[in-house]
Amino acid sequence: MFYREAGEFKTSYAADQATFPIRFDFWRFWVVVAIGALVLPFLVNDYWTNAVMLPFFVYGMAAIGLNILTGYCGQVSLGTGGFMAVGAYSCYKFMTGIPEIGLPPMHILPCILFSGMTTAAVGMLFGLPSLRIKGFYLAVATLAAQFFLIWFFNKFGWFYNYSASGQISAIETYLWCFASAEEIAANPGIGKTLTCPAITGANTAAWMAYLFCFSLIFVFGWVARNLVRGRIGRSWMAIRDMDIAAEIIGVNPLLTKLSAFAVSSFYIGMAGAMYFAIWKGAAEGTEAFPINVSFLVLFMVIIGGLGSIFGSLVGAAFMVLLPVFFKNFLAGTLGWPTDIAEYLQIMIVGSLIIAILIFEPHGIAALWRTVKEKLRLWPFPH
Amino acid sequence: MRFKRLALAAAAAAMVAGPALAELVIPSLSYRTGPYAPNGIPFADGYADYFTLINERDGGVGGVKIRLVECETAYNTDKGVECYEATKGEGALVYQPLSTGITYQLIPKATADGIPIHSMGYGRTSAADGTTFEWVFNYPGTYWDAASIIVKHIIDVEGGDISGQKIALVYHNSAYGKEPIRTLEVLAEKHGYELVLLPVDHPGQEQKATWLQVRQARPDYVIIWGWGVMNQVAIKEAAAIRFPMDHFIGVWWSASENDTLPAGADANGYKAVTMHGVGMDYPIYDDLKTHVYDKGLSAGAGDQHGTVLYNRGMQAALLAVEAIRKAQEIHGATDITPAMMRDGMEALDITEELLAGLGLPGFMPTFTVTCENHGPPGLGAIQQWDAETKSWSLITDFIEADRDVVDPLIAEDAAAFAAENSITPRACN
Repeated sequence: MFYREAGEFKTSYAADQATFPIRFDFWRFWVVVAIGALVLPFLVNDYWTNAVMLPFFVYGMAAIGLNILTGYCGQVSLGTGGFMAVGAYSCYKFMTGIPEIGLPPMHILPCILFSGMTTAAVGMLFGLPSLRIKGFYLAVATLAAQFFLIWFFNKFGWFYNYSASGQISAIETYLWCFASAEEIAANPGIGKTLTCPAITGANTAAWMAYLFCFSLIFVFGWVARNLVRGRIGRSWMAIRDMDIAAEIIGVNPLLTKLSAFAVSSFYIGMAGAMYFAIWKGAAEGTEAFPINVSFLVLFMVIIGGLGSIFGSLVGAAFMVLLPVFFKNFLAGTLGWPTDIAEYLQIMIVGSLIIAILIFEPHGIAALWRTVKEKLRLWPFPH
Repeated sequence: MRFKRLALAAAAAAMVAGPALAELVIPSLSYRTGPYAPNGIPFADGYADYFTLINERDGGVGGVKIRLVECETAYNTDKGVECYEATKGEGALVYQPLSTGITYQLIPKATADGIPIHSMGYGRTSAADGTTFEWVFNYPGTYWDAASIIVKHIIDVEGGDISGQKIALVYHNSAYGKEPIRTLEVLAEKHGYELVLLPVDHPGQEQKATWLQVRQARPDYVIIWGWGVMNQVAIKEAAAIRFPMDHFIGVWWSASENDTLPAGADANGYKAVTMHGVGMDYPIYDDLKTHVYDKGLSAGAGDQHGTVLYNRGMQAALLAVEAIRKAQEIHGATDITPAMMRDGMEALDITEELLAGLGLPGFMPTFTVTCENHGPPGLGAIQQWDAETKSWSLITDFIEADRDVVDPLIAEDAAAFAAENSITPRACN
């Protein structure tokens, strides 16, 4: 009944190759986007934005990045936390300006994009060993990136502008501003008005942060989806499936692997910048981007589904939202002691992960495909 | 029939939910799980038990009961911020994050939301400057006070001169552990000692390399800025390299029984700075026994009574309750708002009579909070561990920090914060 291609005729290659070839699916997608863009901004409050939606967007972005590298190009990486730190610290430096090279403080949007590019460069550097080593050995090499980068940002005071605590904290910046510098100085609450809506700092409105990150993930999700089904994405998958065969048919392993590292790190760097500038407002290398973050994002990708953009987002939702849900349910609704709720939450989420991996080793995205298949035949399965 | 019963149940539920009673909401961002739980549990228990005592014995503050909302953070900044967002809507009066990382996150947020933070002896040291940090309080002392008090104690032990000596700082490699470095560097210039910095990464379970460095550097004194499991590991490692324990001094967060007990007899003589009295030798414990413990209302497992961090949790709760009382007095209202709470905290006056009346005579130094100074009095005593009796004892009076060094540093850091965030320090009159 649903998802049926009966009666839908494609008259061009473009129509045939569309992301959503079935009209029902196409409209369903746009309904979800419309709800996300037009309805939810009116509903979210500080809690929903900061504890639910922003973590989902930030980790979703990071998971898309890692999925490009691991899911599409087959290169296992455990350096995600380190690369997110690169994004966060470079965003901080771009945001506060780099007088050494004559760079003034930057608007948040180019700041996030440049942070992504900086991370892409760093990612390519750490991707170089992938030309010689594979699998577990590459995972260990990227693990080195994780520890080196965190140490590096902690070691040199320049990265955190020599603050006493080693923390970086986002200054208040505005999405647009029609007021002069004097007016801003005279009116500390100006970030809450529409003259100068704040996008970073404590005065940011919940719906503003939500919409900004929603737009970012929408645009870059779109880009990623089109990247992976084009020439570049196909060459990544060729390398993943069999690198020697790919090389024989003319895929350049150097360019392919490095481009996968670059694009992947670009996304992860943007996720780090969003994490620091919009979600948290402050970060500290060792505490915010430890090895756990690398594992968390890797789990998101595996649970959501390797080689699926949709799977990255579902995996992020699974890992970010379930703990918050169980915590609120057990400690809030049922009123259990917080420590028992916390331990139980860890156990439930852990067993759910195991259950998913047993029953659907290809992740939730594969589960979704099966459901779609079933829905096509419903209500006459035979 | 069934529908009728349902309707009755719904009506009953609506009546119970009915008009909201006046209450004083205090969130407790506790951590009873994770590597910092050994220190998080006693503090959370002490914090909760004191509020229970006030509710049970006095019927609340000014007749209004206190409702404690506990939220588990696992000492994790993400979860701490989540807890803040989840609890602030309930009318939270004051936040006690018990984590420097979370405090740093909450300072801008709580300032924008108009909710006071009491980072008691932790958090951002320069928050002591009340003109810049209107909503943040860190009485009764700051990290920089603690650092200065420890150095003063060392000078005292060494007979007045420590030039040419070597002092190592073993610190938690985070915002928390890095806080004292600035002060110790300035003090090193002033007193002519050499400072060796030895970071330990979270969670601090592995410190072999750090203590190897201690062995190579041969410092005369080691100061530790640790938390959670890191403390006990450090004391064990120090014992393993036979570092003299009476030359090993901790900040007030490396000063509990949980830190010294695992090392057994080897921990004998370990010193730490403290901002309040130790033990159960206070009349308040009789009241706690009658109104809380014997009624089975103890928070947690009820096995932490009288420990250092339990007392500190109690101290935090006491300061919150006195601030509420002050706020009620100033505004003539019993059901106060966070803004009134802030006024109460800023007018807080802890006197010896007050402490004696509360059943805690001589428990902590007296002080008065002012608009300019949110971190008085900056006093600390040195306590020493006796492994045989398994108890702490104060070996000095409350010492004053080197204000000539600490105050300019606070002013400097507060000014930097104000400039970075384009805040104009408010005028105090």
